[in-house]
Amino acid sequence: MQDTGIGARVRRKEDQRFLLGKGRYTDDINVAGQTWACFVRSPHAHAVIEGIDTAAAAAAPGVVAVFPGDDLAADGIGPLICGVTGPSDHGEPHRAPAHPALAQGKVNYVGDHVAVVIAETLAQARDAAELVEVDYRPLAAVTSTAAAASEGQPQIHDVAPGNVCFNWPFGDKAAVDEAFAGAHKVSSIELTNNRMVTNPMEPRAALGEYNAGTEEITLHMTTQNPHVHRLVLAAFNQLAPEHKLRVVGPDVGGGFGAKIFVYAEELVVGWACRKVNRPVKWTADRTEAFLADAHGRDHVTKAEMALDEHGKFLALRVHTTANLGAYLSTFATMVPSYLYAFLLAGQYSTPLIHSEVKAVFTNTAPVDASRGAGRPEATYLLERLVDICAADMGLDPTEIRRRNFIPQDAFPYQTPVVQCYDSGDYETALDQAIELADYPGFASRAAAAKERGKLRGIGFSSYVEACGIAPSAAVGQLGGGVGLWESAQVRFNPTGNVQVFTGTHSHGQGHETTFAQLVCDQLGVPFENIEVIHGDTAKTQFGMGTYGSRSLAVGGVAIAKACDKLIAKGKKIAAHAMEAAEGDIEFADGNYTVAGTDKAMSIAEVAFNAYVPHNYPEGVEPGFDENAFFDPMNFSFPAGTHVCEVEVDPDTGEVEIVAYTAVDDFGKLVNPMIVEGQVHGGIVHGIGQALLEGCQYGEDGQLLTASFMDYAMPRADNAPDFKIGYAPTDPPDNPLGVKGCGEAGAIGAPPAVINAIANAIGVRHLEMPATPETVWRACQAAR
Amino acid sequence: MYEFSYHRPASVAEAAALITRAVDGKFVAGGQTLLPTMKHRLASPSDMIDLGGIAELEGIVVNGNIVTIGAMTAHADVAASTEVREAIPALAALAGNIGDPAVRNRGTLGGSIANNDPAADYPAAVIALGATVRTNQREIAGEDFFTGMFETALEEDELIVAVDFPRPEAAAYMKFENPASRYAIVGVFVARTAPGPRVAVTGATACAHRAHRLEEALQGACNAAALDDFRAPVERMNADIHASAEYRAHLVKVMAQRAVAACV
Repeated sequence: MQDTGIGARVRRKEDQRFLLGKGRYTDDINVAGQTWACFVRSPHAHAVIEGIDTAAAAAAPGVVAVFPGDDLAADGIGPLICGVTGPSDHGEPHRAPAHPALAQGKVNYVGDHVAVVIAETLAQARDAAELVEVDYRPLAAVTSTAAAASEGQPQIHDVAPGNVCFNWPFGDKAAVDEAFAGAHKVSSIELTNNRMVTNPMEPRAALGEYNAGTEEITLHMTTQNPHVHRLVLAAFNQLAPEHKLRVVGPDVGGGFGAKIFVYAEELVVGWACRKVNRPVKWTADRTEAFLADAHGRDHVTKAEMALDEHGKFLALRVHTTANLGAYLSTFATMVPSYLYAFLLAGQYSTPLIHSEVKAVFTNTAPVDASRGAGRPEATYLLERLVDICAADMGLDPTEIRRRNFIPQDAFPYQTPVVQCYDSGDYETALDQAIELADYPGFASRAAAAKERGKLRGIGFSSYVEACGIAPSAAVGQLGGGVGLWESAQVRFNPTGNVQVFTGTHSHGQGHETTFAQLVCDQLGVPFENIEVIHGDTAKTQFGMGTYGSRSLAVGGVAIAKACDKLIAKGKKIAAHAMEAAEGDIEFADGNYTVAGTDKAMSIAEVAFNAYVPHNYPEGVEPGFDENAFFDPMNFSFPAGTHVCEVEVDPDTGEVEIVAYTAVDDFGKLVNPMIVEGQVHGGIVHGIGQALLEGCQYGEDGQLLTASFMDYAMPRADNAPDFKIGYAPTDPPDNPLGVKGCGEAGAIGAPPAVINAIANAIGVRHLEMPATPETVWRACQAAR
Repeated sequence: MYEFSYHRPASVAEAAALITRAVDGKFVAGGQTLLPTMKHRLASPSDMIDLGGIAELEGIVVNGNIVTIGAMTAHADVAASTEVREAIPALAALAGNIGDPAVRNRGTLGGSIANNDPAADYPAAVIALGATVRTNQREIAGEDFFTGMFETALEEDELIVAVDFPRPEAAAYMKFENPASRYAIVGVFVARTAPGPRVAVTGATACAHRAHRLEEALQGACNAAALDDFRAPVERMNADIHASAEYRAHLVKVMAQRAVAACV
């Protein structure tokens, strides 16, 4: 059984259908009587709507209905919500402007949804959408993160004076100020964390169906969390009562955060299918994805570190302005606050930290979680600043990190910023990374590169992140409106095969394989007899979905708990069948045995007995089907050191990543091949942010990077082969001993890449994305 | 996409007749620019005349020192052609680095030069190699063909049939790619010919052009060092979110030096 159990490099069973084009995505599903939706979007970044004339559109061929925002409001649908009530602004609540699913008198970014046209065909819907006449009175726009809250800027929402959502101080300012006053040295940096468009391969899509007989709405959609969508759509958007709404996320082609949120389009499709009593389909085109998916990152930060004469960190001070876009997306306020400031200790024993985050509104698409969410921003800032500190102190970048690491014997470690790290061994990871990357040989490689006219640089990044999201009590204390447990159901069928229902959702992560390995390992059932089922609120009992690298650390434990219950129940059934005392029954490798005898029966036989209970223990329920919920006791804290080596062409500014090493602590690995895939993808995501991806709006609020012609996604030739190592520790709070791995690469990579480029050129800092021109200019300045 | 009438003629004569009759007709070759533009509803031709069924527009023929490439020959076929790789390896290499495999298998030589994107690769080769563009009406010298951004010497209803590329003594093309689109931010094509070096630059200005000043600098010694003091005029350069005019001007020199060095 070991070849398909925990630790085995099992090939992903789902890839067979994906690679052969047999996946079934939302847009693949077509039903009888289906109509198409096309959204009328604002071409202006900021404008008052003086009027909407739908007459010509309504009269166009094939049009079923045209709905402006008033129709939606009249039915009491929406508005969209932010599911987090924090953070407070000096004790006052953050400013949360209304976010109608179809505009009410005003639009606030290019792509803002104004009306929807429903027609017999997609082409007819698009033709008619062009006929909706919207009378806009354009207003001046503000798109700059740094300038949004300045005097004299256009005001976007009446409820948010100065365009400020919140201004959140955190930490002991007086103590930090005192430490700075007595510091041997203060190192500082100002930087931008570039805005990204998440861009999963499959754009968002929805298909709404209304059953007038049962009054149920079924919404197939691109979702990372079907039950969360159902909950919010039912409880807050008044789409339908929860028991009359089914949300299905079939195969989903990547999410990276962008498919967590409750957006206008999916809500409107769900509402419209009942309104017109016809199925309604909508699939975003790539332009819509660029304009109207939630974006990520977009911070401007100044940070300072106070150091003593040995290079020990005494205190950290951080001022960040975070752009939240035009409205609050579903989890927007949590990202630049709790997922950011609570990670500012990094891997270091910095005793005092004070941060102040100002979150601002701009006339841009809403900003929310994107792979890493807050943690890449914290890590980039910190790991760039640590390199500056090393330079200022004349220390090697690895030495300053080593001097400040939280020691291995200090775990669990309470940081000064709320989080209590479960386990870690940062120095071992660093040592292993130094060896794998052959740091001692770097000088000779750099010399050889110089001969070829290239500048070679090396950069380190020692990150920690908080994932396995999250203990419900902690979520509640932070103003989150949900619990972040996970649920599972493990069902034996009478014939001995097993169905595993998980509340997490796989959209590229390989759960169908990883979770089957877990069950295979624990129950001893052949791997091929296990099917993992997810993504349908009508099949899965409940779930909170997949994001924040939580599926294995939280969802996997729920599955293991359900398996424990089955094993325990099976002991009673086996004891009765084998005429032994329950206490004498042992379970291993899929078999129940009577201790000290050769009596045995397989778990499949026990399952059969449970469904055909002709000879069955008294008081035991028939059936072999158990469910479990698991609420984690703590976050999970993966950590590691990444090393990037680059060669810069000083004549063009072109950067080649010539080597990349990652040594990570993910706890126990269930499928190392899938973990490596996640690490590779995460690193490439981080390389994309560091070198390529820069979402830009013009001053007038037009999105300048609205297609792949102008927005550079990383491709295979932007990355080298990776050297991957592991320095696992055993997290005491996780029953499976696992951490999360999905976001680590995207968190660790950006500072490693930029540190390497800065090292190569010999400059203190350069901004992301480090495009050829940016790097060329830095080279010119360094000459 | 808006509605249009689709035609698939079997001959150049039939294609010419169709475009003359159409209210606002468009030839479509590989469609790599036209179709996305139509999908975005930025173009709405009344008639689309698909050149894909015209056998006489396809193929590669070498006749003495002239390599003739049919207008409908796909980039991938040029890249893979033994004849082109032997006669003008730089041209085969250029074709093999346009876009991505899907683009290379649909996009065509004729489509590329007729569209005259300011950042396209083929125009630089047509100019620097001193090629002749043959249409259904006449012959046009390569360097007279490209007249402005997305503009060419082609008349309204004129159709490119083939391009004749004279074989140079040596040639090289160096392209600095836009990281997003992989079009040329700057591309420089250098050809050594009997009368002297010929140089064309793409990506840098409104459209590909013959770089006389670079040629003059190379008249004495055709090597990279000869360009050490060369400065491209910043004021003529394109500027966009990917590259400033100053950076483009710098890249013209760097790419020219590299192309000269590779042109052996």
